[in-house]
Amino acid sequence: MGLELYLDLLSASCRAVYIFAKKNGIPFDFQFVDLLKGHHHSKEYIEINPLRKLPSLRDGKFILSESVAILFYLCRKYSTPSHWYPPDLHTRARVDEFMAWQHTAIQLPMNKILWIKLLIPMITGEEVPAEKTEQMLAEVRNNLKLFEEKFLQDKMFITGDCISLADLVALVEMMQPMGGNHNIFLNNSKLADWRMRVELALGSGLFWEAHQRLMTLAEWDCSTLDPWVKERICNVLQKFK
Amino acid sequence: MGRGRGVGRAAGRQSQLPPYCVRCPWRREAGLPPTMGLELYLDLLSQPCRAVYIFAKKNSIPFELRTVDLRKGQHLSDAFAQISPLQKVPVLKDGDFTLTESVAILLYMTRKYKVPDHWYPQDLQARARVDEYLAWQHMALRRNCLRALWHKVMLPVFLGEPVSPEMLAATLAELDVTLQVLEDKFLQDKAFLAGPHVSLADLVAITELMHPVGAGCQVFEGRPKLAVWRQRVEAAVGEVLFQEAHEVILKAKHSQPADPTIKQKMMSRVLAMIQ
Repeated sequence: MGLELYLDLLSASCRAVYIFAKKNGIPFDFQFVDLLKGHHHSKEYIEINPLRKLPSLRDGKFILSESVAILFYLCRKYSTPSHWYPPDLHTRARVDEFMAWQHTAIQLPMNKILWIKLLIPMITGEEVPAEKTEQMLAEVRNNLKLFEEKFLQDKMFITGDCISLADLVALVEMMQPMGGNHNIFLNNSKLADWRMRVELALGSGLFWEAHQRLMTLAEWDCSTLDPWVKERICNVLQKFK
Repeated sequence: MGRGRGVGRAAGRQSQLPPYCVRCPWRREAGLPPTMGLELYLDLLSQPCRAVYIFAKKNSIPFELRTVDLRKGQHLSDAFAQISPLQKVPVLKDGDFTLTESVAILLYMTRKYKVPDHWYPQDLQARARVDEYLAWQHMALRRNCLRALWHKVMLPVFLGEPVSPEMLAATLAELDVTLQVLEDKFLQDKAFLAGPHVSLADLVAITELMHPVGAGCQVFEGRPKLAVWRQRVEAAVGEVLFQEAHEVILKAKHSQPADPTIKQKMMSRVLAMIQ
């Protein structure tokens, strides 16, 4: 049995792992765990990852969660080109710094936008109060500013002239609000230019293939949503009130 | 406590020393030699700072300690913003190179100073286990330990902001769930989180757990597995060093109330941090 990746491309972390594996020709079995159908709560998946999160990697008996850990594992095991995780002490540290920072600074707020703009209204029929929405968008704007000033600066990519894991992770996360028709690259030509460069470095075909499910999320018939999952989502809404 | 080389050397030897860093003209004016080696900007009140401090000391990595007193709002000063625009601790400065994020700092020191393998093992799967923990903890244990300290102690005592019993109970309940995950998923029946030897994962975890301990939460009570693991980690780190690093957090409940101006500056950031 070869490498298995448990994924739903709705999740940014899954897209990062998927794109990286495909881009580097790493053979794997795509195990689809449908978040919209609540399959991450299935008995079968809980055995893979009791935390019920995606992505997960299974390599023989070895099971690994956390996309950052999975990306590093793939880099090392498959000896991918060094620009993905440069060996230079300072450059590598910058990638590590971004990978640590992004959990709370980029991934979380970008996901929140998708929830606020699309999923919560769609599933619960209620809008999140405008004040909370504005607060969230302000936080996102602030963090994107930090991203530009601290990580991207005037370089082509975060580490310099070549794409690295940091750009891949940053971009898939910044794409998340697109599922709710919110484009953070609008009116920001620097970020938009960087986005294009990353897309081209990855390959547009692969990039858009990976984002297909996200981009069609608004068409999802949420009446098919598992009622237990729906209840959990309604609880999430309470946190925004 | 962490004063590196270079402080207090006689002025007469300055001609043999490397040129002064352009950012620190004040050192020349103060008759201090230029900084050589690592500078670590820390407040041991902060969990990630403790992990960085213990790691550097344990591995005899020479550094100059630059204390940034969070409760005095020193991280919000213009001077510190020059060091790090993110205005957070810890920060590492190595000559012109500045680095934030404790996980990145720990990995940097691991690589630069060639520390014993067990901290961040070469073995592919063992290393992956450490990476997995270091990634998971940001949004899980880190968040819950921070909220426990702030809801139980820092908001009421330091900022004079009452926290409802319901809010506190909810926070402690969330912490409890996370502690169970720590035991069931990460520790399991192993000696340490990532395998048979102490690693960065244990260091980061233990310093996090001392946050609610400092707040008076009995984190290890009723959790014998975690209690035994804690003793192992303390022994591996060295009890004297461990106690020294945790002196500040263990006195957190006796924090002086914040200066009103500082409180005003800090409030929105604190609320964002613990949301």
